[in-house]
Amino acid sequence: MDLSSPVVLSIVGLSLQVSLVAMLISLPLAVVMAKLLARPGLPGKALLSALVHLPLVMPPVVTGYLLLLAFGRSGWIGSALHDIGLGISFSWTGAALAAGVMAFPLIVRPIRLAFEAQDVRLAEMASLLGASRTRRFFTISLPLAMSGIAAGLVLGFAKALGEFGATITFVSNIPGETQTLSLAIYSFLQSPSGDAAALTLVAISISISVLAVLVSEWFTARQAKRLEQ
Amino acid sequence: MLSVDIAGTMGVREISVRFGADRGVTALVGPSGTGKSSVLRAIAGLWRPKRGTIKLGEKTLLDTQRWVDIAPNLRGVGAVFQQALLFPHLTVERNLLYGAKGNRDDFDTVIDMLDLGALLKRVPRNLSGGEAQRVSLGRALLSRPDVLLLDEPMTGLDEGRRMTILPYLQSMRASLTVPIVYVTHRSDEVAALATSVVRMENGQGLPATSVADYLKFDQATVSQ
Repeated sequence: MDLSSPVVLSIVGLSLQVSLVAMLISLPLAVVMAKLLARPGLPGKALLSALVHLPLVMPPVVTGYLLLLAFGRSGWIGSALHDIGLGISFSWTGAALAAGVMAFPLIVRPIRLAFEAQDVRLAEMASLLGASRTRRFFTISLPLAMSGIAAGLVLGFAKALGEFGATITFVSNIPGETQTLSLAIYSFLQSPSGDAAALTLVAISISISVLAVLVSEWFTARQAKRLEQ
Repeated sequence: MLSVDIAGTMGVREISVRFGADRGVTALVGPSGTGKSSVLRAIAGLWRPKRGTIKLGEKTLLDTQRWVDIAPNLRGVGAVFQQALLFPHLTVERNLLYGAKGNRDDFDTVIDMLDLGALLKRVPRNLSGGEAQRVSLGRALLSRPDVLLLDEPMTGLDEGRRMTILPYLQSMRASLTVPIVYVTHRSDEVAALATSVVRMENGQGLPATSVADYLKFDQATVSQ
């Protein structure tokens, strides 16, 4: 199977789509969560941090099963979504949700570190210059955390791209609908003649990951140069 | 007119001070660690003293008995600290306009007074310490504060650079109609800038004196 075969293109296209949508779902929440966790003296911070990190430490199958319970067709959120025609179980949107949930802690962590590393005196200064909390966040905290956000996005994207356990449990392994790179590699390895196809997908998977890390490195270096004082 | 009457604990230090500051420069002097900066932070709303009042003209910024404590961004306070604290991701021009609320009326005047014209397109990392501090002063002025707080703004500069900043501070004093509170531990800066002096010792503010009286006291202390 060559790189331009429709099957490969469909698998890669679906994986990129799932990972990008997973990032779109997770990033805004991850930024808010990172900002909260970076706040000194936040009540219940340890508990909140533990909750955020749960998908990282729990077996992925457990996360997938919990997603199925909540978002499956008879789940308490899933049934409501299904009633309004937005059912996500066994569809690529479900795969994006699973990938987003699994990637969440990896996105939050570098952004939180970026917020924590900021000089609080800059925000104080912005405040003395009349900036409200919202303006301080969007004009000072957020731009200064860009390297952390880039790092979080790359880590999360890589995790989303490689997600397996939660995805297969929650949305199964349906070619053209939920079969992302990892699931396709697994499927091809199950068939006696699938080694070549699996290897092609492995090569593509490695290439995308390396490219993502290089982009992140470039972005972080550029940001560090911009901010050095 | 700024009036401050506060008491509280900062770390292990008990701080208590009472003074008024009118147009001109009120120097808050005393050895390091005596609580001068805490007093400025209280005026700015960045530290809440245990009890007391801070009033700026008709506006009450803090009144602990009446549970009044105006947020820092609504106090109308301009501040320059030992570090310039410029926003590293913004150009000098955008730093200067950060607190200006879209008002560019005073922009040219402040640029001329602080000689910032050539720096506008630069970013903070390409400024010298003296240049950065001038930008910080300009940024505070362009926010049109009702009181200007200067916390040892020349401390991080070498002797040569201090001499280049001093004339700018003097022209600021001449043109500003709002009170300036200037924290320092150097009597030469008091002599060059101040119009009245509040001395602090071990966290306690002493009654305000004239610059001449303070300098006499300072000389007597040095010669002892």
